[in-house]
Amino acid sequence: MRTQDVVKSHSQLLQKEMISRNYDRITGGEAKVSSTFVPGNLNELLMCFDIANNLPEINAIQNAMRKKSGEMITNAERSGHSEDVCTYVKADIGMMEKGNIAPNGKPFPNPDMLLLSYTGCFTSLKWFELLREQYQCPTVMLHVPYAADGKPTKNMRDYIVKQLKEDVIPLMEQVSGIKFDIDRLREYLRKSARAEDDLVWMLEQSKRKPSPIDCYFGGVYYMGPIFTAFRGTDEAIDYYQMLRGEIEQRIKLGLCAQTPEGDMPEEKYRLVVEGPPNWTSFREFWKMFYEMGAVVVASTYTKVGGVYDYDDFRHDPDHPLATLADYCLGVYTNRNLPTRVDMLARNVKEYEADGLLINSIKSCNSFSAGQLVMMREVEKLTGKPGAFIETDLVDPRYFSAANVKNRLESYFQMIDQKRRAGGSALAS
Amino acid sequence: MSKKSVKEIVSFCQEIFEDISFIRAREWKDAHPGRKVIGYMPVYVPREIIHAAGMLPLGILGGGADMEVIHGDAYYQSYICRIPRSTIELAITGRLDFVDGMMFPSICDVIRNMSGIWQLLFKDKFVRYFDTPQNFEDQVGGAFYVQELHELKAGLEKLGDCTISDADINNSIVVYNENRAWVNKVYDYRAATPWNAPAAEVYLLMRAGMVLPVEEHTRLMQDYLAAADREERPMRDNCRVTLIGTFCEQPPLNLIKSLEMAGCYIVDDDSMLVTRWLLKDVPSDGDPLENLSQAFLHHSAETAAKYEPNLEEKGNYMLESIRKRGADGVIFAAPSFCDPALLDQPMMVKRLKDAGIPYITMQYAENSGQMQPIREQAGTFADSIKLWSAS
Repeated sequence: MRTQDVVKSHSQLLQKEMISRNYDRITGGEAKVSSTFVPGNLNELLMCFDIANNLPEINAIQNAMRKKSGEMITNAERSGHSEDVCTYVKADIGMMEKGNIAPNGKPFPNPDMLLLSYTGCFTSLKWFELLREQYQCPTVMLHVPYAADGKPTKNMRDYIVKQLKEDVIPLMEQVSGIKFDIDRLREYLRKSARAEDDLVWMLEQSKRKPSPIDCYFGGVYYMGPIFTAFRGTDEAIDYYQMLRGEIEQRIKLGLCAQTPEGDMPEEKYRLVVEGPPNWTSFREFWKMFYEMGAVVVASTYTKVGGVYDYDDFRHDPDHPLATLADYCLGVYTNRNLPTRVDMLARNVKEYEADGLLINSIKSCNSFSAGQLVMMREVEKLTGKPGAFIETDLVDPRYFSAANVKNRLESYFQMIDQKRRAGGSALAS
Repeated sequence: MSKKSVKEIVSFCQEIFEDISFIRAREWKDAHPGRKVIGYMPVYVPREIIHAAGMLPLGILGGGADMEVIHGDAYYQSYICRIPRSTIELAITGRLDFVDGMMFPSICDVIRNMSGIWQLLFKDKFVRYFDTPQNFEDQVGGAFYVQELHELKAGLEKLGDCTISDADINNSIVVYNENRAWVNKVYDYRAATPWNAPAAEVYLLMRAGMVLPVEEHTRLMQDYLAAADREERPMRDNCRVTLIGTFCEQPPLNLIKSLEMAGCYIVDDDSMLVTRWLLKDVPSDGDPLENLSQAFLHHSAETAAKYEPNLEEKGNYMLESIRKRGADGVIFAAPSFCDPALLDQPMMVKRLKDAGIPYITMQYAENSGQMQPIREQAGTFADSIKLWSAS
């Protein structure tokens, strides 16, 4: 399919424009820039200091979708980085060696600070130590403890709040020259909560049959504003209202999920997917699903930045620092495996899915370690079959289209067999 | 002090090393009704608190080179390191059935998630993910850590149906201070006379400390040093290296032997750091949890799993160890797919390059069998060091 043939909704176009605008701001030379991570990112706090938010995972994804990440990764490996480690890190380091060019074609400036939000991913700790070597800029660690017993504790929350007060906010003040204004933060958090309400409404619409949206491949577009540089802004509120309007219209018309080739004609299979997508062959990967009539009704990747639809978290302007702590603590990969299993099993049941598909990512142990056990546990809890495929985030060497397609076809045959044996009913 | 020979002591340690059913720990538990055993994984847990509860801390370092992993591969993908799959193998084959609780330190995402696997598969066991602070300020990371220690203590009290007093912990601190002192004496002795304390012997001696009660391990080290001193062993024309990267998944014993056979005396390493994580004696009076916290924050070892807040300090611990032990070079031996070791390595390599210290890198798994390439690589490294030293 040629690029101009791709069907995009107004919200998708707006999302793309918003992401582009953020790149223009980062590369514009006027704003101070902080690199930080998607999971548990502190966008509202950065906004209090007019600091632009640069997310290296998003840069790696952009490079992967433009087929540039492969060369960046091999360059990083040639300079001494192991083949065994996270390809986000190597794409980022390889990008530096290629001039650090942003998707808008302009060079990234060196960051004014590194906000090392260590949330649910050990690699992020080493990643920013590596970047610090390069940029030699002020770096602040925000250590978010792992919610190992399922629920965050007061000790964890207090620890994060203290780090915000003692280390993170003072550095932001120093870098930006702007004094922290907690009322400004409250206002942003209020806006965050408004957008989050519409976001959760959107996520829950895939309980409908047929689902008007795909919550994995489509979901990554819908998540863009909330998990990047727009949570806490009027633009995010407007975006999610527009998205809500589009989905309401789709529901009214009884449409199946939208794909790059238009609306799915029929919904045959409903899946819950665990794990990030592959980005180097994103469109090809997605096509394998919609060509077989499979829609993803819930995914854990749409919770990678923060979880809103499991225990009703919303940013709370009345407790501005504590709510940031709770947001970080609640990130999907910061939750223990029993909680992740419960979340997945609930999704399979509540969204009436045919089963759980795990896309296990070589680069991401935070997601991947334990997924085989999780799959068996979810199967036990739901009685629905699970399936397992393996790809990578941004390394094209680890996407084997034939293998993935074979496994998916086998999985759908397994679901068909289950149905014939009296299991799941037809999706729609 | 006993008059046991080095051979007898090493043979005793080798027997413990090869026993993946942990018979000695089982015997310890069976000796008195109600005794509890707490397993822990690398890198660090405060064993003093477990000891103070009257429990046996048991280091679990995977299944080793010889254990066949049959079930474990069904639990982990091929791109995940070996230690979790062999540890799961130990558990589901009943070899850890006597272990009442497991502690998983905050070393990486794989070990972290393993705590969840334990929660899912072994619901009757005490499971503690042990999160140490990455912030080293007293009122921030310190306050968090003290509370974590209190929660650990409370968990052990509940498990053991006992009370752990400050005096109990202070007594255990004394015992572990002594143990660390003897560990350091062994390391000092090896660095001074590596031909008299081969790396494989020291390794086995420390591995015994993962299983034996701490008091017994201390006596064993005392006996070893006395015995080693009584023996005359020939000094070889070897270079002196620091071995880095072995802090979690363990190298096969043959790899350690191969390095020395290839001409590299190992004069320092980062294996079993729990035995020497704290760099100074912990005060044995006052609030023991505060004291353990202070020791962790301000006097603990550096490793890839720990954040270094200060760019200028990054790598200095390694450089100081090289200087102190008189190493000529560094061998980075990282387990395959080990995120902490492999992500940290480029930064450490840069420090070595800047300091003009030679190094090589290699990878292993705990069950690596082919040692010829290792010997060739290490042998070439040793030759090149000797060649440079002579020029």
